[in-house]
Amino acid sequence: MAHSDASVDDGTTPESRSTTGGVNERVEARVGLSYTLSQLRRDPTAMAGLVVIVVMTVVAILTFVDAKLLHYYFATHYWVNPENDPSTVKTLMPPVGLTNIFGEGSWAHPLGTDYRGRDILVRLVYGTRIAIQVGFISTAIGLVGGTTVGSVAGYYGGWVDDALMRAVETLYAIPFLVLVIAFMAAFGRDLTYAMVGVGITTIPSFARLIRSRVVSVREEDYIEAARAAGVRDRNIILRHVIPNSFAPVLVQATLQIGVAILVVAGLSFLGFGVQPPTPSWGQMLASARGYLLPDAWYSVWPGLAILLTVVGFNLLGDGLRDALDPRINN
Amino acid sequence: MSEPLLTVRDLQTHFFTEEGVVRAVDGISFDVREGEIVGLVGESGAGKSVAVQSIMRLVEEPGEIVGGEVTFRGETIFGVEEGPDGELREQESMLSNAEMREHIRGREIAIIFQDPMESLNPVFTVGGQLREFIEINRDMDAESAKAEAIQMLREVGIPEAEKRYDDYPHQFSGGMRQRVLIAMALACEPSLIIADEPTTALDVTVEGQILEMVADLQEKYGTSFIWVTHDMGVVAEICDRVNVMYLGEIIEQAEIDDLFYDTQHPYTEALLDSIPRPDQTVEELDPIKGVMPEAINPPSGCRFHPRCPDAREVCTRVHPGAREVTDAAEPHTAACLKHESVFGAGYTESQPIESHAGANFGSGLAARGGEVDE
Repeated sequence: MAHSDASVDDGTTPESRSTTGGVNERVEARVGLSYTLSQLRRDPTAMAGLVVIVVMTVVAILTFVDAKLLHYYFATHYWVNPENDPSTVKTLMPPVGLTNIFGEGSWAHPLGTDYRGRDILVRLVYGTRIAIQVGFISTAIGLVGGTTVGSVAGYYGGWVDDALMRAVETLYAIPFLVLVIAFMAAFGRDLTYAMVGVGITTIPSFARLIRSRVVSVREEDYIEAARAAGVRDRNIILRHVIPNSFAPVLVQATLQIGVAILVVAGLSFLGFGVQPPTPSWGQMLASARGYLLPDAWYSVWPGLAILLTVVGFNLLGDGLRDALDPRINN
Repeated sequence: MSEPLLTVRDLQTHFFTEEGVVRAVDGISFDVREGEIVGLVGESGAGKSVAVQSIMRLVEEPGEIVGGEVTFRGETIFGVEEGPDGELREQESMLSNAEMREHIRGREIAIIFQDPMESLNPVFTVGGQLREFIEINRDMDAESAKAEAIQMLREVGIPEAEKRYDDYPHQFSGGMRQRVLIAMALACEPSLIIADEPTTALDVTVEGQILEMVADLQEKYGTSFIWVTHDMGVVAEICDRVNVMYLGEIIEQAEIDDLFYDTQHPYTEALLDSIPRPDQTVEELDPIKGVMPEAINPPSGCRFHPRCPDAREVCTRVHPGAREVTDAAEPHTAACLKHESVFGAGYTESQPIESHAGANFGSGLAARGGEVDE
């Protein structure tokens, strides 16, 4: 933090410490959660992104926490399972307000039904759970792995740095999607491997990002002060180095959640990841592809869901970047 | 006389850079006794900070402690000995890195750093950091460590310590941060505190308060200090004994009064001439001519000779080691050939030489001044 003011007052007299402006014109250090949040609150686009994310996350959590209730509600009212009652199934019903050759849209299926007569809204809601899960877990894998590797490499430097960074950078040699698909081909096609695969491939970018900060933070006086006080290297890295290097990583992680959702949707589209009949957005898109011409609305819903979520994370990420950047004064 | 707390013997720390070997600390020796404040004085680049880092074994690449011995309460912090193959190797009794970390750093020897603005972690509260250090070094649980931390903050004169415990470093002024750092150093009740120019970044009134506080706390806790500074005024204020460093060497070592009133080395004399003194009235201050040479390629003979007003031809050839030059009760050593009776290097017969650095420095200024006039 740059402290431009050279005036130093003695500490013996209690000074008036009004944090919200006032007599004290000292340059405010831009750190702390509350400061970041207050910055974020002033940024309407970031708040919009945050709202989208919160709504999506709440929906996703609801399907976990109260899946039974949700399932009961939808099963009795909307989710018509064709195997249970094939005669009453209405396939490819349009959303409310539209008409196609199968009939008119009804509030029973607000967003219409798919080719097997399943309610699209219900499938979207369940898809949210998978998307959010994928976004957070795969990013967490990349974040933890990348931060560990990058901060250790940056803190120790020398051959440790070379060995670790070169090792993770070999991941860059292979195209991203090919790597994930190869990973899933080797271990399995289901969602777990999709998340782990995407997580692992993002390790190098996190590692490089935090390492670049750590090499400058480790030269700070408070790091030397900590070493002089006998703090273990592990604690120095965890408590002093990482918290001071974390801002760009946090921004990157927020953006990465959106990317991960997109990538896993892409994988599902290609048939990797969640297997039918479990609904995921990518897979819904893939099946809607066959009905694009007569019933385009069918593919609009999962597409919209992906778009909204990814844009939400991007807006929040951009807002965070501005809020955490000490040079931007708003 | 009792055993000194800290003994430094012939300590050498070199930096192996691409341009060559920088002898930042080149064979310094001094003692610190229980309960005394020892000054380490010198210009920028004299090797003061590297010397104290070496004592803590905190020298970083490309620097390396290459020789000498540092003992603390009989324990070897650093030492080399000659192995059976004639090669120098580290002594077996030397403390391991883990022992250094667990027993010495923070617990026995603490450091106060120069810049209070940068020595506190900006993302944690002041109290949290103080508490962490107490927890680590005194094996306390979090709650009693917190109580102790607040007590320490009060001790160093932070008003409303409980309230300020939860403040971040940026909410503190420079003087208060330095107080916090002193609290941090004192909190673990070490036997020795190394203060690396702790008041340099502060203004004089705050400096005065801090010095007064340190003197009080020193009396109360009986802690020894190594006070690193370039300010002779600060030295006069608080030190018991002083070591004057020049280019990696200690060139004069004396009791505080002896140093000021019975100065034996021309460099110390020049340093004292360059600051105002309450006991002497002069028309104009007399700064030392020239700048300190690079430690990578020090001058031959006495390292101070290019800037020395008393330099003679012999000074360019003979390198003086520090020797006792007076018969004061306390040892008073100086490394200067002009003490002919002690060194016997032929100083008196030798021809005086012009101090080159001074001449060049002066002419450089004149040339620049001329340009400005045009």
